[in-house]
Amino acid sequence: MIQAKDINFYYGDFQALKNISMEIAAHTVTAFIGPSGCGKSTFLRLFNRMNDLIDNVRLTGECLVEGENIYHKSVQVDELRKKVGMVFQKPNPFPKSIFENVAYGLRVNGIRDKKYIARQVEESLRAAALWDEVKDKLKKSAFELSGGQQQRLCIARALAISPSILLMDEPASALDPISTSKIEELIHSLKKDYTIVIVTHNMQQAARVSDKTGFFMLGELIEYDDTKKIFLKPEKEQTQNYITGRFG
Amino acid sequence: MKRLRLITERLAEAALALSGSVSSLAILLIIVFLFREGLGLFGSSSVEKGYALCVHSSNPVEQLTPQQVKQIFDRELTDWREAGGRQGEIVPFRFDELFSLYSEEELGEDGELLAQRLGEVIARTPDVIAFVPEEYLPRGNRAVKVLPAEKISPSAFFGGREWLPTATPAPQFGVLPLIMGTVWVSLFAILIALPLGLGVAIYMSELAGARIRKLLKPTIELLAGIPSVVYGFFGLAVLAPLIRETLHLPVGETAFAGSLILAIMALPTIITIAEDAMRRTPLAMREASLALGATPWQTIYRVVVPCASSGIMAAVVLGTGRAVGETMAVLMVTGNAAVMPHSLFQPVRAIPATIAAELGEAPAGGAHYQSLFLLGCILFAITMLISVSAEYISGKNSGKEI
Repeated sequence: MIQAKDINFYYGDFQALKNISMEIAAHTVTAFIGPSGCGKSTFLRLFNRMNDLIDNVRLTGECLVEGENIYHKSVQVDELRKKVGMVFQKPNPFPKSIFENVAYGLRVNGIRDKKYIARQVEESLRAAALWDEVKDKLKKSAFELSGGQQQRLCIARALAISPSILLMDEPASALDPISTSKIEELIHSLKKDYTIVIVTHNMQQAARVSDKTGFFMLGELIEYDDTKKIFLKPEKEQTQNYITGRFG
Repeated sequence: MKRLRLITERLAEAALALSGSVSSLAILLIIVFLFREGLGLFGSSSVEKGYALCVHSSNPVEQLTPQQVKQIFDRELTDWREAGGRQGEIVPFRFDELFSLYSEEELGEDGELLAQRLGEVIARTPDVIAFVPEEYLPRGNRAVKVLPAEKISPSAFFGGREWLPTATPAPQFGVLPLIMGTVWVSLFAILIALPLGLGVAIYMSELAGARIRKLLKPTIELLAGIPSVVYGFFGLAVLAPLIRETLHLPVGETAFAGSLILAIMALPTIITIAEDAMRRTPLAMREASLALGATPWQTIYRVVVPCASSGIMAAVVLGTGRAVGETMAVLMVTGNAAVMPHSLFQPVRAIPATIAAELGEAPAGGAHYQSLFLLGCILFAITMLISVSAEYISGKNSGKEI
């Protein structure tokens, strides 16, 4: 689904990613773990070219999504982002109604069919396990929701345009434990339809939700393997040290 | 030690509260002063102070409006029937005419016979209307009827179409041409400046590279610091002749020239405030929109502009406020003809320019003086209206979804 080949990434003179290669299979959950500043978020944001927003960055290597090099000149970034959805660390709903938040992606896609939009909004909210909580207040502002609900709203918003890949950048780090567990359940249930890549600070979370885990440190991919193996029998000493909490 | 700190904090708090209340009190006093002076106009006589109008006692006309008086002395109204009297050609008579009718001896050495002679003139001309100083009114004369001086009415002031504050015997305080002048000039200024300003603001905050922004922003902020008289000078020396020649007009100093200059002057305000508001839109909002496959343009008009709407509103209000209240540049380029504007390409006169130009020559306390204060009140009301409605609109916007 996703293939990264010899990725090097620079912020100005600073090299944030060093020669990273990785393959991510469809319908799996892949977790990126590592200490702060290790480059895991930067790596994640390569897949929907969110790093393009930052001035003065440079990339070498190839990044393929569904076999297509997404950094090729012919690629339209907005089309790519419709395929590769993203959920951010902090819930960032628009200052619009709950309904309009979910419908946004459809509207910018030029969809006008009201029935289709309504159906898609409902389905997305159901898939994000939020429908029952908000079905009576779709016209209310999204800001009236709790933080956890807002984050699930953002997931629903990302799902509404039917992406094939969902990138999650520490989606639960700003949430309380109950909301976090709801998000984790959600990730489980979404796995059958989506390929999910999640960056997390929380190692238990990575162990709970992911099939494969990549451990990053100082811009390098130290180890990438089945989650079980990473947490039970890591090959590298650095990984061992990190997951046992000796540093980071 | 702690006590001392507590006391100083209390003192600082008190000082701040005091300065706040003093400044709001000062503002309030200014407004009260403005309105007290201005509203005095409606109590004052429409005939010049110290003068009176009188007619023959057989004349059935009991009262004349200021407008009729003016028309009579301008010989536009010539028959008493048109003023509600009997048929007969109106004979307007000014006090100075006495000196050509009578010799110096007949008027008395110290003018003690002036009143008597005046009585004679009125008595023998049944269709006369005389404009005379109050002290020479022939009081005892049965043939003379003094017309009561009408008070200036709000309807004549706000509905009047003539602004001739120094006309004798009846100055005209019709403020409509001035209001229209202000409205025309500012309206078109905003119509020009708003799309342009918002466009530039969007360009600078969303599309321009860092280098271009670094160049543009200080330049535009510099524009905001140029004194208005310099803009007026530019308008007078460059813009007005240009307009005259390209549009083949008799004069270049028109409402259009004023609008253009005002638009240029309002641009920096609109651009800087709107741009700041748009740049304050959280990055998270832009990222969310872009991550959903929105193009940069869609992100701008669906997320950034709505998020910045209250700031943009502020830009509009301040820009409009500047346009409405601007005095010097408008005074210099609009030609200052106090007539009802029919097109954008004729001279007009705006309220602030009128105040600035006429306050110096209006005798303090007189009707003219008071009318200028009332103009100030109108200006105040207009800007108040703009900011209140803008507040209302932006308040409504932020309350509901965008």
